[in-house]
Amino acid sequence: MSTLAQKKGFGATLWDYLTTVDHKKIAILYLIAGGFFFLLGGLEAMFIRIQLAVPNNDFVSAGLYNEILTMHGTTMIFLAAMPLIFAFMNAVMPLQIGARDVAFPFLNSLGFWLFFFGGVFLNLSWFLGGAPDAGWTSYASLSIASEGHGIDFYALGLQISGAGTLIGGINFLVTIINMRAPGMTYMRMPMFTWATFVTSALILFAFPALTVGLFLLIFDRMFGSNFFDPAMGGNTIIWEHFFWIFGHPEVYILVLPAFGIFSEIFAIFSRKRLFGYSSMVFATVLIGFLGFMVWAHHMFTTGMGPIANAIFAVATMAIAVPTGIKIFNWLFTMWGGSITFTTPMLWAVAFIPSFVAGGVTGVMLASAAQDYQYHDSYFVVAHFHYVIVGGVVFALFAGAHLYWPKMFGTMLNEFLGKITFVLFFIGFHLTFFIQHFLGLWGMPRRIFTFLPGQGLETANFVSTVGAFFMAAAVIVLLINVVITTVKNEKVGNDPWGDGRTLEWAIPSPPPFYNFKQLPLVRGLDAYWLEKMEGKQGMSPAEPLGDIHMPNNSFIPFVISFGLFVAAFGAMYRADYSWGIPVLIVGMLITLGSMFVRSIKDDHGYHIHKEDLEDNNDKGVKA
Amino acid sequence: MANQQPNSGNPRVDIEYRRKKSAEEMKHQVITFAMMIFLTIVAFVAAGYEGFSAWFIVPFILILAVVQVIFQLYYFMHMSHKGHEAPALFLYSGALVGFITIIAFLTVIWW
Repeated sequence: MSTLAQKKGFGATLWDYLTTVDHKKIAILYLIAGGFFFLLGGLEAMFIRIQLAVPNNDFVSAGLYNEILTMHGTTMIFLAAMPLIFAFMNAVMPLQIGARDVAFPFLNSLGFWLFFFGGVFLNLSWFLGGAPDAGWTSYASLSIASEGHGIDFYALGLQISGAGTLIGGINFLVTIINMRAPGMTYMRMPMFTWATFVTSALILFAFPALTVGLFLLIFDRMFGSNFFDPAMGGNTIIWEHFFWIFGHPEVYILVLPAFGIFSEIFAIFSRKRLFGYSSMVFATVLIGFLGFMVWAHHMFTTGMGPIANAIFAVATMAIAVPTGIKIFNWLFTMWGGSITFTTPMLWAVAFIPSFVAGGVTGVMLASAAQDYQYHDSYFVVAHFHYVIVGGVVFALFAGAHLYWPKMFGTMLNEFLGKITFVLFFIGFHLTFFIQHFLGLWGMPRRIFTFLPGQGLETANFVSTVGAFFMAAAVIVLLINVVITTVKNEKVGNDPWGDGRTLEWAIPSPPPFYNFKQLPLVRGLDAYWLEKMEGKQGMSPAEPLGDIHMPNNSFIPFVISFGLFVAAFGAMYRADYSWGIPVLIVGMLITLGSMFVRSIKDDHGYHIHKEDLEDNNDKGVKA
Repeated sequence: MANQQPNSGNPRVDIEYRRKKSAEEMKHQVITFAMMIFLTIVAFVAAGYEGFSAWFIVPFILILAVVQVIFQLYYFMHMSHKGHEAPALFLYSGALVGFITIIAFLTVIWW
């Protein structure tokens, strides 16, 4: 028993995290890695805005600007937003459904390390001859023509991290289907769990399209095939379709968990049940379904013809309906509620107008005929930053403040949190609102500079000023994290006082086995129900017994490392003689460690009942 | 304990009922198996016969393939049994997404 509470040295802690299969520690790994890439992507954003602050600027060259722009988009979507979303899913979802871990703890760890090595591989391109420079969409004709190894880094790195994401998504699906606590029916699942469920299904169906597209790109660039080369009988449009069949669901993969986090926040800080719970579930599923029917609205100007354009335009506008249902449900949740404006609630309240603004421009862009005017202008840039920053990034900040106590056992400082909010909110609208007008005045996106005297100077300068506000907000958040960690004032089970779902019924951070006894769920907002009946905690659904736990494993790290090595081999195969051997060695590392995993029996271990009994403040109260 | 189903831990299992069920299922599987072989032969014949045009043969074989997949899923992989709702849902969703992709490629890119 006491071994668990021992103070560990740095090396032991590091080894613990390298080998962990605990969903809570993997969540922290996702948070740290995703946070790091978020800072990297933010830095790239600052370079973009500095370059565009004044006309004819030469802060960066045109080629380097293309690389920075590409890496900003790629990093923010694949390496920052998704992992940070995964951090909260990992940290919270198993607790919300009353599970002791995800269904496949080993795969959970494998998913993280694949993402991590893919991300590191992608970013090593900066030091090895130049980053990818064909935009985050990497349209085929441009990316096939791109010289150097930038696009190779993009294709191989995303392939590796994409595999990790797919593994993570399947893992969450199986967890939610099979591991809900007794009494937790589908229609009693918290909204964040529902969002995780639908998101994971979207990952399952959307990522294969990206995988196929990336493989075709890899073969075209590295192994001499001609899938995208019209001169050789290929078709360059195929890439665009594959990319957007993945890419459009991807934006819902990002924003649905954001909706989930906000749904939790509105209910907690309005001290009310979420208004229209079942319609929220319906809307979430419907958004997920429609998300697969609309990808070609990114390609209105490729010449698909009026019929295809019309179909995809109407399907796209239809998505505004379930989204509108959600917006009204959030408003009605707040209506008549006893609202407290904590930091997460501020983000949530600010999210509604910001996101609606992004949604309105989305409907404008969805109209195919109008889209010919907006296409490839800053109007589009403004639109997707309003939905992704105003939706997803707001949710990540809100979620960080809301779930910080559950993940680390300490509360982030509320005063600093509100300063972060104010700075970021002002900066966000300052940066992106004016970009709508820049687009309408004719500024194309993805240009590295503009000329003076065309009426674009003031607006671009304003936009750059806004970016510095956002940077300041992030710095305040980092200071907040450091202060909170140094102070290390531990909090109890339910630090916000109004927690509704199961995660608030157990200690912060939860013990490594989460629930001493699985809780009995008697309705939606299970913990709130018990509190309203004057109980201290959840009723247990099972007698105290031995708990089966998985062993830590270093194998996921090695499997991912093998692919990382193999990717270098594949990329340099044509340039150097060591390419092929390195490719083979890398694959041998991966396949060998998978083989070891297959033949080695690892049955895990048991926490014995006696060890659980003498420890009264952990787990569910009996 | 001797009269209990050897592969079930549940003592309440009705052995007679189980036996009848198994026999019935076996019958279904044999019928399905025979039909699958028959359909395969039909497919080969259709492809080999000179008189049919490709416009008939390709869709015809595709339909036979779909029927075989359904047989495989429902009679050999037990999707007709209870407790397969979630796999069925995801299977059909995946098939739908794949179908839409193919339709779109056929109509928008290559037509």
